[in-house]
Amino acid sequence: MFFSKKKFKLASMIACGILASALFTGCGGGEQGGSTGGGDAKPAASDEIVIGANFELTGNHAQYGANANNGLKLAIKEVNEAGGVNGKKIKIVEADAKSEAAESVNAATKLISDDKVIALIGPAVTANVIAESQVATDNMIPIIAPAATNPDVTVENGKVKPFVFRSCFIDPQQSEVMAQFAAKDLNAKTAVLYLDSSSDYSKSLGKIFKERFEADGGKVVMEEAFLAKDQDFKAALTKIQTANADVIFVPAYYEEVGKIIKQARELGITAAILGTDGWDDTKVVEIAGKDALNNTFFCTHYFDGDEEVQGFIKAYKGEYNNEPNVFAALGYDAGKMLINAIERGGDDSQKIRDNIETIKDLPVGTGKITMDAATHNPIKGIVVIETKDGVRELRAKIAPEG
Amino acid sequence: MNSARKKDLVMLVFALVLYGVLQTMISTKVIGSFWELNIILICVNIILSVSLNLINGYTGQFSLGHAGFMAVGAYVGVVATVKFGLPLIVALIMGAIAAGCLGFLIGLPTLRLRGDYLAIATLGLGEIIRIVIMNIDYVGGAAGFKGIPHLTNFTWVFFVMLVTLFFIKNFVNSSHGRACIAIRENEIAAEAMGVNTTKYKVMAFTLGAAFAGVAGGLFAHQFYLISPTSFTFLSSFNYLIMVVMGGMGSITGSIAGAFVVTFISAALASFPEVRMIIYALALILMMFYRPQGLFGYMELTNVGPIKKFLDKVSGSKEVI
Amino acid sequence: MDFVHQLIQQLINGVSLGSIYALIALGYTMIYGIIKLINFAHGDVYMVGAYIGFAAVTIGGLPILPALLISMALTAILGMLVERIAYKPLRHAPRISLLITAIGVSFFLEYTSMYFVTPTPRTFPEVMPNISFNVGGFIINGQQLLILSITIILMAVLTYIVQKTKLGKAMRAASFDTETAQLMGVDSDKVISMTFCIGSALAAAAGVLVGVYYNTIDPLMGIMPGLKAFVAAVLGGIGILPGAVVGGIVLGVVEALVAGFLSSTFRDAAAFAILILVLLIKPSGLFGKNTNEKV
Repeated sequence: MFFSKKKFKLASMIACGILASALFTGCGGGEQGGSTGGGDAKPAASDEIVIGANFELTGNHAQYGANANNGLKLAIKEVNEAGGVNGKKIKIVEADAKSEAAESVNAATKLISDDKVIALIGPAVTANVIAESQVATDNMIPIIAPAATNPDVTVENGKVKPFVFRSCFIDPQQSEVMAQFAAKDLNAKTAVLYLDSSSDYSKSLGKIFKERFEADGGKVVMEEAFLAKDQDFKAALTKIQTANADVIFVPAYYEEVGKIIKQARELGITAAILGTDGWDDTKVVEIAGKDALNNTFFCTHYFDGDEEVQGFIKAYKGEYNNEPNVFAALGYDAGKMLINAIERGGDDSQKIRDNIETIKDLPVGTGKITMDAATHNPIKGIVVIETKDGVRELRAKIAPEG
Repeated sequence: MNSARKKDLVMLVFALVLYGVLQTMISTKVIGSFWELNIILICVNIILSVSLNLINGYTGQFSLGHAGFMAVGAYVGVVATVKFGLPLIVALIMGAIAAGCLGFLIGLPTLRLRGDYLAIATLGLGEIIRIVIMNIDYVGGAAGFKGIPHLTNFTWVFFVMLVTLFFIKNFVNSSHGRACIAIRENEIAAEAMGVNTTKYKVMAFTLGAAFAGVAGGLFAHQFYLISPTSFTFLSSFNYLIMVVMGGMGSITGSIAGAFVVTFISAALASFPEVRMIIYALALILMMFYRPQGLFGYMELTNVGPIKKFLDKVSGSKEVI
Repeated sequence: MDFVHQLIQQLINGVSLGSIYALIALGYTMIYGIIKLINFAHGDVYMVGAYIGFAAVTIGGLPILPALLISMALTAILGMLVERIAYKPLRHAPRISLLITAIGVSFFLEYTSMYFVTPTPRTFPEVMPNISFNVGGFIINGQQLLILSITIILMAVLTYIVQKTKLGKAMRAASFDTETAQLMGVDSDKVISMTFCIGSALAAAAGVLVGVYYNTIDPLMGIMPGLKAFVAAVLGGIGILPGAVVGGIVLGVVEALVAGFLSSTFRDAAAFAILILVLLIKPSGLFGKNTNEKV
């Protein structure tokens, strides 16, 4: 054989140790499950309400997940400091969706079956929420997804998923607003789409923008793509420059957007650049620079100059010492929605679900939220923001429908 | 019946007992659904690591594209079940054939490369597969394939894993397998001894890819949604880590590697902030103390007392 | 804009993108040359370098040049430590174990950094004037010109060190056969340490310059550039300094041309495809020598 007896022993000892620890932990987890009768058991009565935060804490989407998680933690901290909900404190158990759909299912399963959470918040990114939603539905645990704007998150085959909610508006709304804004306010006739081809969010926004913009009489003359985490966009931008379009639509996240705008202006592209709520982070100004950002517009959930959001911004700055971005704000809103649902007598998952469905005019960080029971999307306004010399200015405010 | 067959039979009985125990524990909820999911993941990862071991460990060809083949199997499998309504077993076989064919087509030219050059070429191919999938709207593109029925369960993965293990074990112990090991030990010497190196390298690569495809199919039908982000080169690294941690060239090792890696990841799920740091440290320490992996080239069936026991029940006197 | 004009602009874009790959690939290829290790942690050393530079500029309030030097010095020490602690004990272990250790070190650096600096990206303040030149209608960025010149200067300096100095001779000897070199009186451990120092300092330089140029840094910023730099190094013939630079620039130009004239979605796929094609025709890279293995 290849090994001496001594090494043999070591190997078998290590193997045995691992097996033993596996059995130990496996059964340890199991005992919990056994005593309460499996995954869909009700939580034990105590002075604590346990909720799960399933966010992307590692991997490519960690920055979005972590920010949303921060927002959620702030909302929970505030309510706990004010004495809790109905005399009970809320405890968050965190799990890592690892920026992957399968891992999101894994994390949600752990939170539901091992930690006995009564509701889930997260993840930040659409695909991870869709994967998780099946587990939550099977176990009848409500989810509030803070930032997943894809319509399919709450609706499947034309039917609303009973346990899945979100605290943001949906993609068609955003694209429609921006397409109309381009065609009517900016009088644009031609547009270029520059999409993040690794992102579902970006692709679906691009598709709807094209439909609406062409319905308004415009024409999409070129479609280009990049990949999340790219640093250099000049090759595609040089090509985009040749199209000489009136507007460039870049529905993507702030880090890439900042670089795209900077490099586009460097190459001498002066056309208006349009975007969506993924842009909503003060980092864009730092990355792109003030001058480059002139003649750019994006739509988002709130205008940070509005009076009703000052409370949230101040609290967030006090807690984390930096400006909240859109993910933090939506995570905070999701937390507020859940707290409200628990407050109104939600002591088990089913009641929380029913209460989230009937949320009406609830003041949250970014304004007021009313839940649409038919689609599980909140009825929310959209604002269009223009950046001038690095300062955000409100260009338009589209009131919620219905 | 010869003694080798008898040994197989004994192992099969053990496997069935293990299956019985685990299945009872799952159905009586002694094992909660989180650990049930992770047991299923361990089985899928065993298929992946054993098949990668066939390429990396037994044949000595450094491949870093395993996640790509897994992706092919996963996507072909879900297209078969969702779009054509075929049963899971057909989907798995189709996934295996598709991944195997691709492995053959890719292996034929690239296996001329050696060592690190082969590694980067296979890594690149894995990424190309992923980028291509990301741009096919028929399978959902970047958004991923939604609405996959949940067909995988513990019984499926366990028996598919068992078939894989027996197949690869028998392959390795056959004359083909010996030829592969000869290539690993010294390619030129093997060629001089009359081993058709290209044939066996491509054969090992194709088989490894096919089983990765099977694993992909099982994986896809567990998680409701698959997206290209699950099949990046970082996942390929993960399977390589399993193989090396268990021991290159040991099937028992690959099983142990898949088990340990999946288990560490699941056990650390309650500490998301430090999970990856601990995992990284465990990896480094592991390599310090067992650079040849947990089992090295050794099989559990050849370990002193177990071998004695197996020899006794199968009445074998032969010494390996 | 006509076709020729666009082509030339794309070549400029490609060369400037490639010079960044080349700068990272230099350190990669040096380390590979001496211990035949694909140092997957190189991209993360680059990230740490960028963060040290960032801290020196924002917290220390230093101008860019001292920040760059501090970052290079500290990262050189980090590189040496990584080698001493993680790689040296495995010098006689199978190469694959060393590779797994490198992956482990890579995860460790990424997630320890993430733990301390959070995954939110940081933005570099403007420490260098960002000027673009317009030469006959072609846009050339001043900072990228700087990166390209630094890459070429560093390549020249390194080639000089490796080919002409005593340390370089020792490096080449250790790379050829560590044990024989040791017998000839070369302190191989020290030489390997020095190589890691130099390689990591190069990574830090790249990290700071790229951080300043693209303006953002985050804990996972090293993964893709690390991979691309590895591709560049292999493309040029791994272990060969001018090969790394040429490989990097070829890779950058291929990416720019594919994105500019074919399809930007398949840009990365095309980059890998070119790599594989080159390897199939020339299995040891553009500048590599085909050596016949002996039994």
